[in-house]
Amino acid sequence: MLGKIAWKNIIYKPLNTALCVSLLLFGVGIISLLLLIQHQLEQKFERDLQNIDLVIGAKGSPLQLVLSAIYHLDAPTGNIKLAEAKEIMEKPMVAEAIPLAYGDSYLGHRILGTTPEYINKYNGQLAQGALFSKSMEVTLGADIAVKSGLSLGDTFLGTHGEVEQGHVHDNHPYTVVGILKKTNSVLDRLVLTNIESVWEVHSHEEGHDHPPIDTVHALELDFDHDHEHHDHDHDHDHADHVITADSMEITAVLLKYKTKMAVLNMPRLINEQTNMQAVLPALEINRLFYMLGIGATTLKLIAGGIMLMAGFSVFFVLYSRLRDRKHELALMRSVGYRPGHLFSLLLLEGLILAGIGYIFGWLLSRVGIHFINQQAESDFNLQFGAEWVPGEEWLLLLTFTVGIVSALLPAWQAMRMDVSEILSES
Amino acid sequence: MVQTKNLSYQYPGSAPIIFPDFNVEAGHPLLICGESGCGKTTLLHLLAGLRRPTNGQVLINGDSISDLPPSKMDRFRGQHIGIVYQQSYFIESLSILDNLLTSPYSGSKDKARTTASRLNIGDFLSRYPNQLSMGQQQRATIARAVMNEPKLILADEPTSALDNKNCAQVINLLLEEAVANHAALIIVTHDDRLRSEVQNSIELNTISKM
Repeated sequence: MLGKIAWKNIIYKPLNTALCVSLLLFGVGIISLLLLIQHQLEQKFERDLQNIDLVIGAKGSPLQLVLSAIYHLDAPTGNIKLAEAKEIMEKPMVAEAIPLAYGDSYLGHRILGTTPEYINKYNGQLAQGALFSKSMEVTLGADIAVKSGLSLGDTFLGTHGEVEQGHVHDNHPYTVVGILKKTNSVLDRLVLTNIESVWEVHSHEEGHDHPPIDTVHALELDFDHDHEHHDHDHDHDHADHVITADSMEITAVLLKYKTKMAVLNMPRLINEQTNMQAVLPALEINRLFYMLGIGATTLKLIAGGIMLMAGFSVFFVLYSRLRDRKHELALMRSVGYRPGHLFSLLLLEGLILAGIGYIFGWLLSRVGIHFINQQAESDFNLQFGAEWVPGEEWLLLLTFTVGIVSALLPAWQAMRMDVSEILSES
Repeated sequence: MVQTKNLSYQYPGSAPIIFPDFNVEAGHPLLICGESGCGKTTLLHLLAGLRRPTNGQVLINGDSISDLPPSKMDRFRGQHIGIVYQQSYFIESLSILDNLLTSPYSGSKDKARTTASRLNIGDFLSRYPNQLSMGQQQRATIARAVMNEPKLILADEPTSALDNKNCAQVINLLLEEAVANHAALIIVTHDDRLRSEVQNSIELNTISKM
């Protein structure tokens, strides 16, 4: 019965309830949205970073290089000479070196020229077909396969650059030879091909003095080697790279070193002695999160302020209603409820208000993520899920605490009231 | 059944009110009359255990309720006493049916329905208190007071706000309910219309001045 009385009382004054709930809702909504985005961004950045120790690319903003080369969220800083990059890729302390060449895009997604090692790095597995083995063959990431509706054997044309309405390379159709399983990594949103494809398309378009395609085909960046053998005959692999197209350009190289010492020494050497820059991605991402964290903390403080006001509104509503309700509370005492019951009744009302606020706030954050997704999808190829993220249980606890604390004083007053005096008033 | 002994109550800063000893049995309702301010409501609250007497005792079935600790008193009142107030107090946000069932000792929905139809408010159970007329509200109050099948029914000015027709109806219902529940009935009032309905009565105003 207490629960029923509490609930009925809350819906009896819908405007009061709306006031409390709307403040709680916005506080919870903002915090929940921040938690959701922060958690998923961190998770995504962590997952896509894999064990890439170092990124090499053209000089420019280090963060931009990391965002473009690892996360494909930004434009590249420029191109680097393959010959120059090769010197570093073939150094003995390099455990793994994956070249990346960016050229076209398809439906706003990047067509990435690389080697099969790149796919292995993200544990990519084929759902259908095969990996690219010849120029102009592509393997599609899972999301793109769904979005484009392309299937094995279909051909499509790339668009120059990253924009969906860019110049179309209509002489160079790509052929789909494989589709990857979903990996929940950056792989899902890439069209993967070999580096020669990127060169082939652009050597013609740009009319540069590049080697003829036949030569390019002969380059064979050791693409077909078996990943299983990778570790033991590693140096051998690199020695096998018969890259003759040294005048060609690539965009970036992802490096993994054999020792951590090398990771610390290499960047300085590369930055000082070459036209390229080397960046420690983990460092840049930490810096990025630090900066995002400042913004998020500010927003959390604002949301915390709103929660505080919500707490006051719950307090004021319960407290001012107490005056209107003193007769019915006294009546409850006279039909057998003990003071503790009245105390619980008021706390229960605070809790119910908090609970409603939390539910609507949670829903608001999910609606928010839906709208953010529409923007993030087109701007960054980012998608956030609406799942429950760690930290939200603490938010629930916080909301209930706000409800209880705000109800404490009114509850205390209700418990302490002089029933006889109230019932004697006429 | 209900007995008072040397009962007195003193509000801070004023003279003590001394109440006469009386004994009320089921089937013999008692009217306690007096002008306003003479301590009628105080006496009723002492009998209901809502206040503790400064001196003396209230005995119900031979047990002194004045010695019960507060939480036991609340339970005892909930189980054995039904109170009809001068004003009809309800929980505004609850329907009449839920108001009848408010008490933890009030019994089932079926009991609420039979009680309500006996008091002629069976058709208003789904309405809210503010949708009822004064007479209907007072009948609902009586219904709520007897939901716990009390040993003692206390009524505080149950008719003073009602017109003659409703007054006669309410007092008759109170008397009937007391009989139906085998309960002792004590009515405090300054409403002279009730003197003709209840045989036993005592006056408070003469005794309270000491």
